[in-house]
Amino acid sequence: MSAPADFDLADNGKTLRFSGSLTLARLGDMPQHLDDLEASPDRIDIAPVERMDTVGAWLIHRIARDHDIPVEGANGDQANLLEQIAAADQPLKEPPAAVPSLQRVLNQMGEATIRAGVTLVGLVGFFGAVLIDLFAVLRHPRRIRWNALVRQFEVVGVDALGIIGLMSFLIGIVIAQQGAIQLRQFGAEVFTINLVGRLTLRELGVLMTAIMVAGRSGSAFAAQLGSMKLAEEVDAMRTIGVSPMQALVLPRVVAAFCMMPMLSFYSAMVGLVGGGLFCWFSLDIPPITFVSRIREVVPMTDLWQGLLKAPVFGLIIAIAGCFQGMQVEGNAEAVGLRTTAAVVQSIFLVIVLDAFFAVFFASIGWI
Amino acid sequence: MTPPRKAPGADDVVICVRGLTNRFGDQLVHENLDLDVHRGEILGVVGGSGTGKSVLMRSIIGLQTPESGEVQVFGESMIGREDVDARNIRARWGVLFQGGALFSTLTVAENVQVPIREYFPRIEQALLEEIAAYKVTMTGLPPEAGHKFPSELSGGMRKRAGLARSLALDPELLFLDEPTAGLDPIGAAAFDDLIKSLKETLGLTVFLITHDLDTLHAICDRVAVLADKHVVAVGTIPELLALDHPWIQEYFNGPRGRAAQDAADREAGADPLENMKRRQAALEAAGGDTAPDKDAG
Repeated sequence: MSAPADFDLADNGKTLRFSGSLTLARLGDMPQHLDDLEASPDRIDIAPVERMDTVGAWLIHRIARDHDIPVEGANGDQANLLEQIAAADQPLKEPPAAVPSLQRVLNQMGEATIRAGVTLVGLVGFFGAVLIDLFAVLRHPRRIRWNALVRQFEVVGVDALGIIGLMSFLIGIVIAQQGAIQLRQFGAEVFTINLVGRLTLRELGVLMTAIMVAGRSGSAFAAQLGSMKLAEEVDAMRTIGVSPMQALVLPRVVAAFCMMPMLSFYSAMVGLVGGGLFCWFSLDIPPITFVSRIREVVPMTDLWQGLLKAPVFGLIIAIAGCFQGMQVEGNAEAVGLRTTAAVVQSIFLVIVLDAFFAVFFASIGWI
Repeated sequence: MTPPRKAPGADDVVICVRGLTNRFGDQLVHENLDLDVHRGEILGVVGGSGTGKSVLMRSIIGLQTPESGEVQVFGESMIGREDVDARNIRARWGVLFQGGALFSTLTVAENVQVPIREYFPRIEQALLEEIAAYKVTMTGLPPEAGHKFPSELSGGMRKRAGLARSLALDPELLFLDEPTAGLDPIGAAAFDDLIKSLKETLGLTVFLITHDLDTLHAICDRVAVLADKHVVAVGTIPELLALDHPWIQEYFNGPRGRAAQDAADREAGADPLENMKRRQAALEAAGGDTAPDKDAG
């Protein structure tokens, strides 16, 4: 290993003499010592230097520039390197000054508000565009892309059966178990059946399914369309004359719209099975009693509520996913951001709408 | 400074690849591939699409573990090594990936500082910023580019910024993966000038993957031809032209190869500094991405 970088003052402090290896790896504390130097030498001697890289050259150049003194003893390569470094001595332009933090917070709030407004308008606009294309396709049924549609039915619906089934089964058990613990205090364990029946059919079946579909399919829509947009596939489609709206967006929206009610119904049924099994094994309520009790206490309107909400939720999830996917621009990072935004927006909108539905159905008497 | 330049000999082999075999599933990419890169040379690596040029580079820098074979860099075996010695050897090379591979959450100057911080955490912030500033300027970027984020740069600027980062630790060995792909001809020629002048100033050894015939003629000392799963020939372009290999003949003697040859001859007749100045002037006149006063964005 070569000697570390060092310097001393020769000729009564007139000559600043460097020695050793002036390289990044062997620099050590030399830059600090150099900054603390108080003498004002007349010249720099680098003849004893064994090796010099650009960092060493920069240090030499900087001190020569600051004291306006010549550098001596450089061999051909070193002189060349110093020349190159001197040519590259150009400070980076400062970035714009930072704004005060209060102003920055206000700026961010303002920007976020505007962004939220723009997104909402964009979503509504996109929904309108989807409707226009839907009617255009319905007027010319030959333009319906059956293959894409069936494929999306499979991806959104059939492929989700496993995970949604497992989730609903477990949720059914949890509701029954938690309900039974509370109701036991009143000696009203049998009302666990009311709880499980009404909750799964009316709310949880559809809500949990919507959240799962948003996470599974909404994010996939955004990521698929986003990466197609980045790879200019969407532009290529347009130039060939294929409408991306009809070929990509419509099958996904229709599939989510059609599959959500079926998945919700399935989820509610599996949830009932979970709750029923818990009642059977833990509360000794036989399945036959469970089923007949369900038929007595759960009004038909609960099922209709769940089934009416489901397609609306599916529509929102697909629209948000496709909208965000089509907004992707620039780089791969945007795909990730838009996918996250799609999931957050669709779950948020689903829950807001669910609250509206709850009030609405209550006020029309479907209690 | 740089080690004295000797004639290439056995101890001056920087990269030594022996019997390299790479396979993806059923597809054999390399079979028994041998290659030497000598100190202080620019070795161009050419080959048709899909002949595994990038895979070869990834095998050498340790991003791809080969099925069998030996890779030595600076005389040390590098395959599957993650210890401190291997880390120190990695500090002696720089890699420029095709798209620049800049960290998107950091500015250009911060990108350049990353390797220095990683290996020399005790270095002062002020000096670090000065180092980043001259590295950025050395690669021909305008001064305002230093505080920009990669997404705000054009493709050509991103390559220069990537080059600045790969030069951060003053490496002895530089890997360039298609540095001029996607650049306009003037920008590509300016990039060639830059690599050549950096190589001469810093005494770099350069492993250069390229499809650009002009680059091969302008700056490469030797060219390695990848075909049929191994290196079929290595040598200067005249040496390669003397070989009776159909791919090599078509590559260098095709219409593009001939045009590049003619252009290289014309350039060789003129003063290299003049050539460089002319290109710089052309870039500035066009307000291209390396023009000093242009504010991209």
